[in-house]
Amino acid sequence: MGSAGRVVLVTGVSRDLGRRFARAVAAEPGVARVIGVDAVPPRGDIGDVSFVRADIRNPVIAKVIVKEDVDTVVHMSVIATPGSAGGRNTMKELNVIGTMQLLAACQKAPGLRSLVVKSSTTIYGASSRDPAMFTEAMEPRRAPRAGYAKDLAEVEGYVRGFARRRPDVRVTTIRAANVIGPHVVSPLTAYLRLPVVPTVLGFDPRLQLLHEQDLVDVLRHAATTEAAGTFNVAGDGVLTLSQVLRRLGRASVALPSFAVGGVGSALRSARVTDLSPELLALITYGRGVDTTRMRRELGFEPAFSTAAAVADFAEPLTPTGGRAERVLARVAAGLPEPDGGVVHG
Amino acid sequence: MGDAEIIPIGTRGRPGRGTGSTQPSSAARGLSAKPPATKAPAKKAAVKKAAVKKAAAKKAPPPKRTAAQPDPVAERAPVTAVDRVPAGGIPVSDWQAALRGAATEVFGDQWEPQLARFLAFLRRRLTGAFEVDEYGFDPEVTERFLMATLRPIAEKWFRVEVRGVENIPTEGGALVVSNHSGTIPVDGLMTMVSIHDATGRFLRPLGADLVFRLPFVSTMARRSGATLACNEDAERMLRGGELVGVWPEGFKGIGKPYSQRYKLQRFGRGGFVSAALRAGVPIVPLSVVGAEEIYPLVGNVPSLARLLGLPYIPITPFFPLLGPLGLVPLPSKWLLEFGEPIRTDEFDQGAADDPMLVFNVTDQVRETIQQTLYSLLMQRESVFR
Repeated sequence: MGSAGRVVLVTGVSRDLGRRFARAVAAEPGVARVIGVDAVPPRGDIGDVSFVRADIRNPVIAKVIVKEDVDTVVHMSVIATPGSAGGRNTMKELNVIGTMQLLAACQKAPGLRSLVVKSSTTIYGASSRDPAMFTEAMEPRRAPRAGYAKDLAEVEGYVRGFARRRPDVRVTTIRAANVIGPHVVSPLTAYLRLPVVPTVLGFDPRLQLLHEQDLVDVLRHAATTEAAGTFNVAGDGVLTLSQVLRRLGRASVALPSFAVGGVGSALRSARVTDLSPELLALITYGRGVDTTRMRRELGFEPAFSTAAAVADFAEPLTPTGGRAERVLARVAAGLPEPDGGVVHG
Repeated sequence: MGDAEIIPIGTRGRPGRGTGSTQPSSAARGLSAKPPATKAPAKKAAVKKAAVKKAAAKKAPPPKRTAAQPDPVAERAPVTAVDRVPAGGIPVSDWQAALRGAATEVFGDQWEPQLARFLAFLRRRLTGAFEVDEYGFDPEVTERFLMATLRPIAEKWFRVEVRGVENIPTEGGALVVSNHSGTIPVDGLMTMVSIHDATGRFLRPLGADLVFRLPFVSTMARRSGATLACNEDAERMLRGGELVGVWPEGFKGIGKPYSQRYKLQRFGRGGFVSAALRAGVPIVPLSVVGAEEIYPLVGNVPSLARLLGLPYIPITPFFPLLGPLGLVPLPSKWLLEFGEPIRTDEFDQGAADDPMLVFNVTDQVRETIQQTLYSLLMQRESVFR
């Protein structure tokens, strides 16, 4: 890096969050250039970001890093669903082989100063034997055997290996909670956007969410500060799934767990949403993460709490439920204000 | 044939369909005029009878037209079907008065603000505008429903008597350690309601992972403030200044046969002690007498239990013999005694990692509870009194 400022390479810019992050980091004062890399061109406006069409699964990426004299790599292309990639095998290859190639390229880049990897709290899994709040030091209760969670575990394993081999590079892993927001397209948001949301009968999981803007901000923050390590990033507070659905005004139907799986595969074949095993576990058992380290060591404060993120997500949605509430509201309108001033969020 | 003429309704006695015109239609004219003309020559015997009939028929219509027909039109408005709905007869004001009366009956004199408050509560639940803490604890629903349901059971059915309330810290973290019994963890629920009524604090129980695997039970457990019995959660709750309840015997205690009543089982691995040591909070021993007798466990179906993934399938003298009726707990008399708190803040930093110390404290807690159980049993007059 020179006096001109830093050169940041961002992977996975074809997707909305990657593109938005790349644009946001390009606007940072200390950043001279931002190079966006992906196998397919981004759909939206990428502003000052220069796009290089390269697949991180092949060694071309090493040439890009060396030639452009990149000093910061932000790895955002670990994908959660096979939907966009076209099959589980492609997804796994993209996630795991892609990360391996990228890290191999990073290891050979003498000018590299920092590496930021966007991981997810999905790595902790969700089960009945989970502690209420996961800290960064905790492991999932059952090692994931397949899917996104396993990919993440492998990716983080390779990242730790890289950190050992290149101690001069500052490695930051961001374990982001499930991202929610008006523009987010993810399995969870597609699930919450269903007109009638299937829930698991008898379970009301706790959810902790992260607003899309906070994800962009935390990655930008991580790319520019000196803090290193693994950090859980999530909005403050938890909401139960039933609360989220009521706040969104969604109609819901409770089904036994085996039936929810059936509905999930029907939705998958209809290409409405992908009710993956990880999501199914999340809507059964829920998950909470401890964000003390995010505050103390990373020095990041999310702008949106879980409740505020849900409120922002609810804004453009048309309610499909909540009829009983409207009836009660009409009755309550004819009555005096209840005294006592109950404070509620 | 002639009968057609004496039907007066709608035609004012004239043949025809009553179109309002004074002139009958040609078909009607044919009906009234032709038969006499054609029939008369045909049957001579019938002519006389027909003539008599005709005379009667021709004379009858005029009086009907003058006397019977105009009357209904003048005196009564046409009856419509709507009027016959019985509720239609009750004026709106009566309805309002009845509703107001009902509201006064339910909510008392101050019914308007009361009802408004109740509606605000309902709306808060329906819009999800209430808050839960990070463990999923919902104080509102716990206080309004769970405690309100359990209180009469504790007071009237089990007649719970609480001793040593002064040993429960009024603020800050503390770990309540209790014996476990009764086939179904009713003792936990009764402890929760007793502590809430005595101190106003919510007991946060630590539950087995089975609790969080079962549908409905898991939701209720989280809502009422429970969390998984693991070191991480116990320590986190204690550091957060909560009053945490733990039953270290677990399924060994709750599912032990009736013959072993009031004999404490092994106290786990002492994980609760190390959690309390790390958080530096006092341990309050609690001895519960009476819970052993609510469902005397006399048998078990281990094979079925294994099949269902449950720790045991209880057989009591009344269950499954009496079916659902066998699920009614026997009304034993309960005694809850909180012992003197065992302080843990005096130990030095590494105490939680010293297994010998942890075992010693575990044994001390266990012995305290066992001795208190014996003395409570001595004081008890009988199981049910």
